[in-house]
Amino acid sequence: MSTGNMNLTLKIWRQKNTKDQGKMVDYKVSEISPDMSFLEMFDVLNEDLITKGDDPIAFDHDCREGICGMCSMFINGRPHGPKDAVTTCQLHMRSFKDGDTIVVEPWRAKAFPVVKDLTVDRSAFDRVIAAGGFISVNTGNAQDANNLPIPKAQADSAFEAAACIGCGACVATCKNASAMLFVSAKISQLALLPQGQPERYKRVQNMVAQMDAEGFGNCTNTGACEAECPKGISLENIARMNRDYYSAKFVSEEEG
Amino acid sequence: MSAINSNIPEGEITTKWTKFKSSVALVNPSNKRTLEVIVVGTGLAGASAAATLAEMGYKVKAFCFQDSPRRAHSIAAQGGINAAKNYQNDGDSTYRLFYDTIKGGDYRSREANVYRLAEVSANIIDQAVAQGVPLAREYGGLLDNRSFGGTQVQRTFYAAGQTGQQLLLGAYSALERQIGMGKVEMFTRHEMLEVVKIDGKARGIIARNLITGELERHFGHAVVLATGGYGNVFYLSTNAMGSNVTAAWKANKQGAYFANPCYTQIHPTCIPVSGDHQSKLTLMSESLRNDGRIWVPKKKDDNRKATDIPEEERDYYLERRYPAFGNLVPRDVASRAAKERCDAGYGVGSSKKAVYLDFTFNTERYGKIEANKNNLHQPDHETIMRLGREVVKEKYGNLFDMYKQITGEDPYETPMRIYPAVHYTMGGLWVDYNLMTTVPGLYCTGEANFSDHGANRLGASALMQGLADGYFVLPYTIGAYLSKEISVKAIPTDHPAFAEAEVRAKSALDHFINIKGTKSVDYFHKKLGLIMWDKCGMARNAEGLKEAIAEIQQLKKDFWSDVRVPGAADEYNPELEKAGRVADFIELGELMCLDALNRNESCGGHFREEYQTEEGEALRDDENYAYVAAWENKGDGTFELHKEELKFENIKIAQRSYK
Repeated sequence: MSTGNMNLTLKIWRQKNTKDQGKMVDYKVSEISPDMSFLEMFDVLNEDLITKGDDPIAFDHDCREGICGMCSMFINGRPHGPKDAVTTCQLHMRSFKDGDTIVVEPWRAKAFPVVKDLTVDRSAFDRVIAAGGFISVNTGNAQDANNLPIPKAQADSAFEAAACIGCGACVATCKNASAMLFVSAKISQLALLPQGQPERYKRVQNMVAQMDAEGFGNCTNTGACEAECPKGISLENIARMNRDYYSAKFVSEEEG
Repeated sequence: MSAINSNIPEGEITTKWTKFKSSVALVNPSNKRTLEVIVVGTGLAGASAAATLAEMGYKVKAFCFQDSPRRAHSIAAQGGINAAKNYQNDGDSTYRLFYDTIKGGDYRSREANVYRLAEVSANIIDQAVAQGVPLAREYGGLLDNRSFGGTQVQRTFYAAGQTGQQLLLGAYSALERQIGMGKVEMFTRHEMLEVVKIDGKARGIIARNLITGELERHFGHAVVLATGGYGNVFYLSTNAMGSNVTAAWKANKQGAYFANPCYTQIHPTCIPVSGDHQSKLTLMSESLRNDGRIWVPKKKDDNRKATDIPEEERDYYLERRYPAFGNLVPRDVASRAAKERCDAGYGVGSSKKAVYLDFTFNTERYGKIEANKNNLHQPDHETIMRLGREVVKEKYGNLFDMYKQITGEDPYETPMRIYPAVHYTMGGLWVDYNLMTTVPGLYCTGEANFSDHGANRLGASALMQGLADGYFVLPYTIGAYLSKEISVKAIPTDHPAFAEAEVRAKSALDHFINIKGTKSVDYFHKKLGLIMWDKCGMARNAEGLKEAIAEIQQLKKDFWSDVRVPGAADEYNPELEKAGRVADFIELGELMCLDALNRNESCGGHFREEYQTEEGEALRDDENYAYVAAWENKGDGTFELHKEELKFENIKIAQRSYK
């Protein structure tokens, strides 16, 4: 089968822990197959480092099929690398050429401190969801699911917003380290559905407040987040969130 | 060998669960606030249980090894979730879902549990929709359904090819809501390494903080393991890289029996292995078999391109062998049929270990329907195919994109190449009707337990079971236990049992660090995977299984003396995490072979070559093997077999046929 013939130079961010200053370190890998995923290329490098007695490179990854949102590498200046609409784990070495130099850094944002090397702490996202990214319904006797028809187009739009995998590429690529694409995707999903209406305005206020408290920056409509999002989450969601956020100021307590 | 009690309530199967719910002891709200429950794992089964228990008023601590509960591998489930709603008016009912599941499991599951699962299935859909889970809808605004294998009705609800993601995010939202209210304390990047038992009852866990390496002690009046399946024992599987058996295995060492470990599901439609660098396999959802037809060339070693092989030279072998179910036979049947064709020399692709999954026929069919809808009369072929592709794209777009990313081929133009891969494990910790293991106070839910799928799980039933357990079953059944615990005060974690459990965990970690051997953890994991795939995979025989046991025993010795784990135990150390998991996989692998060797019959995913019909179908032995094999860990690599006899009182046990 397939040991390949690509030889590459990697410049990788190494940082022992959150407090360490960190630096770029050069590595060489050889016999890389174009069929390998980018992370499998890292497996080869780590295997080599372990055999030599060096410290392997820490990086987050889990499902390796583009859905868990755990992998998070900033490759040649772009989150998840050079291809559109894929995560790092779905990036394959056939997207690179023999002899390339590839620069790999962690997500960089104040709200995402580096844990080690390429691993960062994204728990701020969970806290934003905990602040309001839900519909307050306890488990129990919900009404029959078909009692409330939802127009297909509306349900489809909600689904598109819900496709966010929470990887944080939007934050990493934004010059302001803004999380507005992530936050607005959840707000949109729930604002588009009838079930989300009762808490609609309280939700947007609570989630935005938490987003600010976590130290994410503001949005200046550059659109890098949309361009780099592996799931194609649209900027329209940010517009929708902003509308709801301003509307919320005019909505009385009783309405939400 | 002794019998074990599954605590099934008396009465008719249709009333057991209702009667149980009406008569189970309750815990009053003020007592709930003082009762603590630990939930390990935050996939569908864990997140739903943690959220629901907290809503009910219990104090909950939840743990996951990932950086967020939203990343549990339930997120990757693609195709759908079954529920007996009968929205399609095609004759579905609770009984029919129950029947299909028992038959699909090849008559090796417990009737009472499966009936309850079918009964609560409809509530799951209601609950998910109430949470804002955007399931697929028709133009009338009502929910859409599709078909899955092993059934003749359309009862599968879905959200494109991301059903698991959407359902998990629903459960995760419910969980985060409770975290935000302070009713669940969440521990991410924590891995459970030991169960703590006091006076025979589960009273807590030892968890390692994966960032600091610190070992932590956590008390709970009860402990719930929702830690998923053990498919990664094969190294290559559709599981996530971190999916592991450690929590369940440590529980086994503390007295929880492990049931039917040899029942593993090999999923028929996965992207074939491309090289030995491969770290994982990717599933192409079973839902694709709604519209994809599986075939190989009629000629051996036919090297023509798929699109150059004319219709009459193609063998649609599933449609040929199983006309009643066709491409929608259950997974075990479809996988074996693919293996049979490839072994006989009809495989395709460079490795010859693949078959085609072809969408041309149905793309054309959809295209014609769309043309009619759009009033296009006598459209040309190109227009039909373009319109058809749009329909296919809406149904399966993300799967087609994923296939293209991984293989570099466009499935809209040329058929997918697929081959079976390890996907799900029906075996797991033995639990009674209450989902309690053989250790009092230790519960197990979702894929981690053995309870509902017998020897083969039907497609779209894993999501159903995970959420049924977490939302609707465990929150009731755990009350039966906790109602007797209301006078037990929280036990301080300086109790000697916690100290002893911590020493067990610490000594293993220190041992791995100190071996300073020559080979990486992955080296051993890959070796284990090869042994398991070759000798305890899609087909097994007594001779191979005996060889595998000897090879695994040797591998275990080599691992414990020659593995190289860099770094230290008191820091973030992913290699150390892997070492602990692989150590447990090695021991489990041996038990799987032992279980497969003990079961002298073929059933579902367990296919013993010695036991097959003349047509190559699985040949059960109901007289001698209609039991659950529950293995007690006696230490030092020895196990004692306990049997739970399976009684079929509501379904007539029969030779499974999909012809």
